[in-house]
Amino acid sequence: MALMRITSPHAHNKQSTSDVMRLVLLATLPGVLALTLAFGWGTIINILLASLFGLGLEALALAARKRPIAFYLNDYSVLVTAVLLAIALPPYSPWWILLTGMFFSIIVAKQLYGGLGYNPFNPAMVGYVVLLISFPMQMTTWVAPIELLPASVSIPSLWDSLLIALGLLQLPAVDGFTMATPLDLVRQNNALMIDDLQQQYTQFGRWGGTGWEWASIAFLIGGLFLMYRKIFTWHAPISMLIALAFLSAVFYDGGSSASIGTPAFQLLTGAAIFGAFFIVTDPVSSAVSNKGRIIYGAGIGILIFTIRKWGNYPDSVAFAVLLMNFAAPLIDHYTQPATYGHSKKSK
Amino acid sequence: MKKIWDVHGGIHPPENKSQSLSKAIVTAPIAPQLTLPLSQHIGAPAKAIVNIGDSVLKGQCIAEAVGPVSVPLHAPTSGTIVAIEQRTIPHASGLEDNCIVIESNGNDEWRERHPIADFRSLDKNMLIDIIRNAGISGMGGAGFPTSVKLDTRDDIAIDTLVLNATECEPYITADHSLMREYADDIATGVAILAKIIKPTKILFGIEDNKLDVVEGITAALAEHDFNTLTGLKTEAEVITFPTKYPSGGEKQLIQILTGKEVPSGGLPAELGIVCQNIGTAVAIKNAVCLDEPLISRITTVTGDAVNQPCNYEVLLGTPVEFLLAQSDYQANKSSRLIMGGPMMGFAVANTAVPIIKTTNCILAPTEQELPTPPPAQACIRCGMCAEACPASLLPQQLYWFAQGKELDKLEEHNIADCIECGACSYVCPSNIPLVQYYRASKVEIQQRKVDHQNAELAKERFEARQERLQRLEDEKIAARKARQAAAKLAAEQRGKEDERSVAVQAAVERVKAKKSQTETSTIPTATPVDSDDLVARAVAKRAAQQAEDAANPESKLIRAVESAQQRVTKSQARVVDAEASQDPNLAILKQAAEKAEAKLVATQQALNDFKEQNSAQE
Repeated sequence: MALMRITSPHAHNKQSTSDVMRLVLLATLPGVLALTLAFGWGTIINILLASLFGLGLEALALAARKRPIAFYLNDYSVLVTAVLLAIALPPYSPWWILLTGMFFSIIVAKQLYGGLGYNPFNPAMVGYVVLLISFPMQMTTWVAPIELLPASVSIPSLWDSLLIALGLLQLPAVDGFTMATPLDLVRQNNALMIDDLQQQYTQFGRWGGTGWEWASIAFLIGGLFLMYRKIFTWHAPISMLIALAFLSAVFYDGGSSASIGTPAFQLLTGAAIFGAFFIVTDPVSSAVSNKGRIIYGAGIGILIFTIRKWGNYPDSVAFAVLLMNFAAPLIDHYTQPATYGHSKKSK
Repeated sequence: MKKIWDVHGGIHPPENKSQSLSKAIVTAPIAPQLTLPLSQHIGAPAKAIVNIGDSVLKGQCIAEAVGPVSVPLHAPTSGTIVAIEQRTIPHASGLEDNCIVIESNGNDEWRERHPIADFRSLDKNMLIDIIRNAGISGMGGAGFPTSVKLDTRDDIAIDTLVLNATECEPYITADHSLMREYADDIATGVAILAKIIKPTKILFGIEDNKLDVVEGITAALAEHDFNTLTGLKTEAEVITFPTKYPSGGEKQLIQILTGKEVPSGGLPAELGIVCQNIGTAVAIKNAVCLDEPLISRITTVTGDAVNQPCNYEVLLGTPVEFLLAQSDYQANKSSRLIMGGPMMGFAVANTAVPIIKTTNCILAPTEQELPTPPPAQACIRCGMCAEACPASLLPQQLYWFAQGKELDKLEEHNIADCIECGACSYVCPSNIPLVQYYRASKVEIQQRKVDHQNAELAKERFEARQERLQRLEDEKIAARKARQAAAKLAAEQRGKEDERSVAVQAAVERVKAKKSQTETSTIPTATPVDSDDLVARAVAKRAAQQAEDAANPESKLIRAVESAQQRVTKSQARVVDAEASQDPNLAILKQAAEKAEAKLVATQQALNDFKEQNSAQE
């Protein structure tokens, strides 16, 4: 038998990029479960359709680029993008929203830049922002949490949900099936104290939004699991959450009508936790060094709060992430860690 | 307990050390032929001092050191030199190099040895000489000549001696078994090192997966009075620290034990530290106390493709296949053969390559054990490599720049500080052979440096040549001008003389003319002229010349040659001037010069012909 001639190291820890992606998918499960419990089957259908579109588009792009399709589809990255975008979109999004979103995520943001690893922007967030700007109506219509639905309204079954997404069935047109999200409410509020607002609207739960808070906690569990498995370090997500909480505390303003809520409310409502652990941690488009990731995460936290409080959009994780994607190379330039033998004390 | 520091990064690959530790060190039999590469160390290769057919004794020097950074080589056993030729050496690229091949005579007969009862009687220089002559180079991996490392400059004070017993690579247990069985020899080696470099601190670093030897080493060190050896207050301490790869890298070990970082591009000596491997310490002890040069070492043979993994005390030059056979090697199960560990070892080209001074392990893994790496996937910049890097580099960035061949960026990101430990490649989920990229890039950077130096040199040479040519040209022009000035002066002087001679000649002419007038009327008449009338005088001169020519045809030809000569000189001078001033008429002037030269040749020819005719007639 001929002896193999390859260079060191000969050993490998046997973890593959596909494993990493599968772990990320696994870690979204608690959150997806919580979203489904809170808002119905819409999220599952989103994921299903987005994944199908994603795989198809990726395969097309790979074929056009003359790349081995099975080899690249096998890295699971397209599924991660699909699931993340599907989670971010309102449940029961129509199929064409999902297709458009996946087209911009996979074709424009990822494959046109050279595929996995070469995209300067987070693909899911590019898709999301394109949709948000193009279809503001569909993108800001959220179904009400199931627990807040009138008893007379029956939630669509899984099959009906699929038909709704495919446009073959209408969403129940009853009053109260869709509702303003808690972030909408605090942003539009300019008369009530936060406490009064929360008493007036049922959308507010114990700490965050009804339904939202448990989804956020579920995503937190998934995120901590990934952190424990060293899929990413704490630096970017924790600094983002701290920055967001800190600014929320500074501008809480004693719960006046100008306030947009407590730090707990800001963290547990909308996409803050989901974004922190599943979007901000996308390694491809973030800063590379640990110091850089602290700055990167903090920048996103600051931007989220800024847009939530003073911007035109109720939630803003996608904008904040894309803006910091722009800044990542600059951050990298200034945060190169001190190499062994280059630190000041050794000189 | 002394404080220890942590190094950044590091990994915890499966240790796989127990397999080869179940047995005591086995002395390997003597192979029928030993192949000894002349370059088993860093530095200049040794030079063979034996010839084919020579008989050698065990321990006899067969190749001498060339220059200061080099070590000699000794016969590992007695026998005959059968070849000095190019053979495949243990090298990642499967290179061939000069080797001395000894055929063993089976007697294993030593040369005369002069053991020294007490090394304390020797001074630093004598000890370093013994170490140098014994052919000792670092036995931990790199193979740097030990004597060079110990012969520190007087202006750098060394206060710390670090003993490297880390052996952080998986599988390898050569140092571990050495510590188990040769603790006293190690301690004596340490004592000799202490005597040489006189440290105030001796730090003996062991990873905590080898705690069973700590007691033995501590006791063996306690046998020596280091204070007396160094003449200082010297503390020797065995320090254990958590197992982590690559803690055994010299720089990493120094950081763990002292908290100091060896400056980039510098040596530990700059921090007052000398670091030695414990295998080297034993070699030093054998050389100094027993007068036995470095001719054998402890090598681990392990991996699932050998049925009896263990440590061998093996003669240098023993073919790998011979040693593998002792361990019941299953060639059909083996996928590759690694010299060294699975992290930094290299795959050897064939099984005939010999054990050399730095061979601490022969690893024969099966395909299951160390599978063929799958094709590399895309880098997703996950940063696991940066978390693992012991040098705090950003491997994902280096990879990016290496792909784009951005050598400046690579240098900016300190690629030179990469120790090629392989931790980044080990953790990379995309299976990218990162270290391989860095090795290639380092060579490219090195090549660029060499190219740049060569270009600089060539530029210097070119400029010097231009300068020299310009200087020669200037000198030529200056010389020509001087010649022209001199010629002009001479011509002026000649002109004055001519005037006088013209007057005389005119008188002569007048006489001649009168005479000829009377003899023949075909010759034009020169009328008497006023000596002040130049035209008249020139006409007279010409007439006189013609008259003379008629009388003596040779003088006419001589004059023609002279004037042609003048024209040539003039036209050539014009060409040179035109060249210097880059006159557009250069071509025409050159043509004129050529014509003048042709004319000169023609007139000279005419003169020669005439002369020949004359002489023929005579």
